[in-house]
Amino acid sequence: MSYIGDILGGIKTLFTGMKVTGGYFFPNIISRKYVITRQYPDEPAIVFERFKGEVVMWHNENNEHRCTGCQACEIACPNGSIEIIWDRVLNPETGKKVKVIDKHIYHLGMCTMCNLCIQACPTNAIMWSTNFHNSTYDRSKLTKVLNKPGSKLMAGVEE
Amino acid sequence: MILTNFNYFANLIRYFSEGLGWGTGGEILGYIIVAAIYLAFFALAGLFLVYLERRVAAFFQLRLGPNRVGPWGLFQTIADALKLLTKELIGTDRKDKLLYHSAYYIVIIAALLSLSVIPFGHGFAAFDVNIGVFFISAVSSVGVLSILFGGWGSNNKYALIGGMRSGLQMISYELSAGLALLTIVLMAGTLQMSEIVLQQQTGWFIWRGHIPALIAFFIFIVAGTAESNRVPFDLPEGEAELGAGYHTEYSGMGFAWFFLAEFINMFIISAMGVTLFLGGWLSPWGITENLGAQWFWDLFWFFLKVFLMIFLMMWFRWTFPRVRIDQLLTLEWKYLLPIGLINIVLMAILVYFNLVF
Repeated sequence: MSYIGDILGGIKTLFTGMKVTGGYFFPNIISRKYVITRQYPDEPAIVFERFKGEVVMWHNENNEHRCTGCQACEIACPNGSIEIIWDRVLNPETGKKVKVIDKHIYHLGMCTMCNLCIQACPTNAIMWSTNFHNSTYDRSKLTKVLNKPGSKLMAGVEE
Repeated sequence: MILTNFNYFANLIRYFSEGLGWGTGGEILGYIIVAAIYLAFFALAGLFLVYLERRVAAFFQLRLGPNRVGPWGLFQTIADALKLLTKELIGTDRKDKLLYHSAYYIVIIAALLSLSVIPFGHGFAAFDVNIGVFFISAVSSVGVLSILFGGWGSNNKYALIGGMRSGLQMISYELSAGLALLTIVLMAGTLQMSEIVLQQQTGWFIWRGHIPALIAFFIFIVAGTAESNRVPFDLPEGEAELGAGYHTEYSGMGFAWFFLAEFINMFIISAMGVTLFLGGWLSPWGITENLGAQWFWDLFWFFLKVFLMIFLMMWFRWTFPRVRIDQLLTLEWKYLLPIGLINIVLMAILVYFNLVF
């Protein structure tokens, strides 16, 4: 009698499957209960903390950053997305010449978000931002200067 | 109980030929108008069903589906159809031109012919012949030809495999579907669709025929899903292994006709099921019988029932995985066909001893 048993078992599994999918469908037409779509321009997008949008340099409220100009990120970058223009300035307290960054230039258009520069940074000066609104009509706008104008090195980073 | 043999479409044609006194010219005009009504219904129902499928699919898959064009995205498929109309028809090199181009006409003709005998309401059948059930079974198998033609004419191995699979599948499952229909014909004693519906005024056949009618209904749903090439029996298309099967090489409107016809075939299968098992245009327990505007209630109940049947088929589509070709044939030849044959004998015994309600 396994012939009829097979048929009944088959029908039972079909109903089990339909119960599962129906359990999602009917709440969805009534109240959009399980719908996970977000209609992005109308609703804000959910962006996760770990999302790698673009590289930014952290600044505190006194417009100070943590970049010592060691160029580890520039060397680590596999496709030359980072260029650092730097200078040596005499430190009046110690009487030594110290490297100071003038511009930390970041080419977002070339960046592959590989994370190597951030791993290479010894002072945690640069980090990921979750901003993804990066499209422009002009490619030159993708070249960014990460340190803010007039910013300087935070005290105590270099030790 | 109304058993008059009136027909809205026949009245329309008679109005043009005799009412206005235009003779044969008026009659031809009437036929053209009826044909235009059916073509418009074909296009609109097809587009609406495509929209419905996408929306239902979206809710099954926890999405929202098209909701931008028009209210609730209702005009999305119309926009898609307009886009397809403007697209260039690209075919393969060295295709069989006659077969390739005739394929999509045949699929429309088969669908429209089947549509013409289905009574949407009392007197709402263009072509209420006394062999309606037989006629539908006959012309819906013409649809196989279009798929075989498309598969062969495309000069593409995937299309050919898809077409062959489709031929195999539709010819096999037509047997079970036909047997399921015959079970009901045994009860009704007629092949005329409107007559079958009118006989259900004392109770729908799925209730009056109890066990064999219920089994026949299940067989009919399974076979109908297979005949309209839908998941879980969509081997002819088989996106994963065949590209898109028999319509791989069709683009623009050529593809759109196949696509629309697939949905219209689903509508026809559902309408057949509704007419034969679920009382056609009749309301459950006659609740709207004395409300007036009978034509409206006829259409309302008919389309509501068809909608529920179509929804059931969509539910199947988004629940069951696709069967393998050997499973497909096992299901038909080892299960559905023997059960259908036993079922028809059972029904004959019940009808002979008058054990149906």
